[in-house]
Amino acid sequence: MACVIEKINEIIAPENLVYAKSPLTNDDIMHYCPGCSHGVVQRLIAEVIEEMGIQEQSIGVTPVGCSVFAYKYIDIDWQEAAHGRAPAVATAIKRLMPEKMVFSYQGDGDLAAIGTAETLHAVNRGENIVMLFINNAIYGMTGGQMAPTTLVGQVTSTTPFGRNVDINGYPLKITDLIAQLPGAAYVTRQSVHTAAAVRRAKKAIRKAFEIQRLNCGTAFVEIVATCSSGWKLSPVESNKWMEENMFPHYPLGDLKDSKRADSGLYRIKSK
Amino acid sequence: MAKVSGAVVVDIEKCKGCSLCVEACPTLTLMLNRSVNNRGYHFCYMQIPENCNGCANCSAVCPDSCISVYRLRIVH
Repeated sequence: MACVIEKINEIIAPENLVYAKSPLTNDDIMHYCPGCSHGVVQRLIAEVIEEMGIQEQSIGVTPVGCSVFAYKYIDIDWQEAAHGRAPAVATAIKRLMPEKMVFSYQGDGDLAAIGTAETLHAVNRGENIVMLFINNAIYGMTGGQMAPTTLVGQVTSTTPFGRNVDINGYPLKITDLIAQLPGAAYVTRQSVHTAAAVRRAKKAIRKAFEIQRLNCGTAFVEIVATCSSGWKLSPVESNKWMEENMFPHYPLGDLKDSKRADSGLYRIKSK
Repeated sequence: MAKVSGAVVVDIEKCKGCSLCVEACPTLTLMLNRSVNNRGYHFCYMQIPENCNGCANCSAVCPDSCISVYRLRIVH
């Protein structure tokens, strides 16, 4: 045993460090439930901002919902927006300070329910902002009520017998809707349930920020996420449930990448 | 032959015992501890430290960024 501890102490040296949390991540303990995807996504944002060296230029807009306290966890400038209005606030910030890197961070109740108008019109105007959309198919903070993105048949506290399309309508695929708009430069749907998925999601977030640098339209990243408290499952079971039920309805991958399809589609805005 | 070995350091007080890292660990190194931290969560720890190869999958999926990973390449 002593030999093992000695060997571990030999490995734990600064020169052998492979991964440590980004210096942009504050030391506060996150208020999220155990296993919440918000923590992973906010860590990825911090890592991307650190890698791109844009800490001084970045301004995030936080929503209302579980991630309302996102401003506590990353050491950049933040602005809190009213419920659903993050894209409108982000638009104002970007137009007043075009040199800043502006992103909005929203959940599905914020972006796809109360903020649908702001979201669609901000993308349709082609605002040069990054929009991050965390879709966990439920209102997590208020107690697991049905959201527009809730799957058909999914049990929530307001649909105890499952979502019924006759009464509650169909799940809203807002990312597919946004991909149709000419103002969107990059639209993708990712997940953070495995290490490989986390690495792909990080690349997507990085690409979204790079696209903002090019001034060629809105970059929209949806993260299909879990809500273990709202779904009444353990974090590991939530990931399995998400793979089995969410991914068939919300398939992962790029929905729109104007750069790849035709570089001419990139609109360069006059300053 | 070069052998890779690694180690993880867990910030015990930040860990919430979600066990996503235990699930993500390909070498079955990590487990949740039987004892709890100050907030009452079963924190994760290296149950079989010899197995760790420093792949950093655990830190990639950790929502609370409480895992640091170290990797050492030992050349024989």
